[in-house]
Amino acid sequence: MMTVELGTTQVIIELLYLIASVLFILSLKWMSSPTTARHGIWAGEAGMVLAIGGTLLNRGMDYRLIATALVLGTIIGVPLGRVQMTAVPQRTALSHAFGALCVTLVGSAEFYLRAPNISRFMMSVLSLEVILGGLTVTGSLMAAGKLQEILPQRPLTYKGQNLVNFLLLAGALGIAVFLVLHPEARLLFPFMILIALAFGVLLIIPIGGADMPTVISLLNGYAGLSAAAMGFVLNNKLLIIAGALDGSSGLILSIIMSKAMNRSFTNVLFGAFGQVQAAAAAGEEARPVRSATPEEAAAILSAANRVIVVPGYGMAVAQAQHKVRELYDSLSKRGVDVRFAIHPVAGRMPGHMNVLLAEADIPYDRLIEMEEINGDFPQTDVALVIGANDVTNPAARSDASSPIYGMPILDVDKAHTVMVIKRSMNPGFAGIDNPLYYLDNTLMLFGDAKAFVGSIVRELSGGHG
Amino acid sequence: MNSSSNLINALFIFVLAGFIGFEVIRRVSPLLHTPLMSLTNALDAIAVVGAIVLVGEHQSKLSTVFGFIAVVAATSNIVGGFVITDRMLKMFKSSRPAAKPAAK
Repeated sequence: MMTVELGTTQVIIELLYLIASVLFILSLKWMSSPTTARHGIWAGEAGMVLAIGGTLLNRGMDYRLIATALVLGTIIGVPLGRVQMTAVPQRTALSHAFGALCVTLVGSAEFYLRAPNISRFMMSVLSLEVILGGLTVTGSLMAAGKLQEILPQRPLTYKGQNLVNFLLLAGALGIAVFLVLHPEARLLFPFMILIALAFGVLLIIPIGGADMPTVISLLNGYAGLSAAAMGFVLNNKLLIIAGALDGSSGLILSIIMSKAMNRSFTNVLFGAFGQVQAAAAAGEEARPVRSATPEEAAAILSAANRVIVVPGYGMAVAQAQHKVRELYDSLSKRGVDVRFAIHPVAGRMPGHMNVLLAEADIPYDRLIEMEEINGDFPQTDVALVIGANDVTNPAARSDASSPIYGMPILDVDKAHTVMVIKRSMNPGFAGIDNPLYYLDNTLMLFGDAKAFVGSIVRELSGGHG
Repeated sequence: MNSSSNLINALFIFVLAGFIGFEVIRRVSPLLHTPLMSLTNALDAIAVVGAIVLVGEHQSKLSTVFGFIAVVAATSNIVGGFVITDRMLKMFKSSRPAAKPAAK
């Protein structure tokens, strides 16, 4: 594959890879809109079949072993494709781990096949590949564990944490540099991997559940970059392209997520997130709140012209999305204009809330992004907050001492009436008090989201019909 | 195995593909960010081709074992990624098609 003439088979394989690259790019291009998105899957699948088919054209391969591995992977993959929509974030984290595992293993195998006959540049890229891959494997497993709630979601911090992490990373990079200069030191290679694996664990330990959307995106970016590095090592252009696409996708999503949480991107890159921690629920003197019953809530909603529902992850936890859909139907039938305001970090990964609402059959043109809908709150009769907390907290706009100060929020407080469905007055996940609840135009609807929305729906369809 | 011109070519491809990635993905609706991530995940598992060659060529015991596990991991991403992306996208329905027949 050097400057030597390529054989016919090689040319065919390269051409198939070229077609696959084009199909992959088209696949992502078609994801720009829900109307074309499913073409995107077909393009992606076609590209994948061509690429794998092309690879199998290589002569003298042990097809039986390959087929066994492909079948085994399929057996594992199908159930992973059939998880519930609420479990998609942990499935995604797990798949980042699998992707990075593949890259790390291939990189390691290539090292032992080639070393010490390996150029300095090649060894640098290979080190990058396995370090990024290794930390993504364990980092993603940790993230998946936290999302699945096998591991504690609370951020675990200890003194000197950043120093330990820094030293570990420096250690891995130190070995990498040594191997670049002395590739014959094959014994050192496993240590580099082990350190990368340990680093991945420690990187995610201090990160709390609320930061998962950023973490998943970042790990996605790392997985992509490590795959691109693998493409350099194998001189495989298709892999470089796919890795670059995946890497840029992950990085773009991380930037969007970090903006939505008011973190600088460098802050995210160095894994220093998880620092928005409760400024203690101090000042907890009992302020008066107004509350309402389902009957009252139903009466206010049916008298409204414009309603904006603000769903948060709490809605999904309570499995309330199908009841919310019934509410949407019932209000729409009465001529009420109902829309949904989606904060970028609603849910546990980028775009998660849209999927959860789409699953409940709520039309996607009713799901409006924060920037687009924020100007409409002052003309909105009722903002109904279900299971969302921090993303509606006006303190983010006004209170410079608040830990979430500067975070873009949904301006629900500007609606004529705000209704908040909440179990109790306990502060939310981040432990930050929400002044929204004490406003004069706010009504608290205390109860389980699913049950409460259910009783509003019953009120709307029943007696007062 | 690689001459330096190969590496320069690879670098060109990486940078250009990165640009295409940024431009294309910037245009993806935030509505679809979750399926986008599961799709790029499936596409990224194209790394399977490198693993397949390792398994097929049988160069050493270690490379065959590592390659085998790598093929399994990547294949599960390809299959799982496409299946779940398709399931998600099928759920996204517009309210307009339902309204149109009534209007006609």
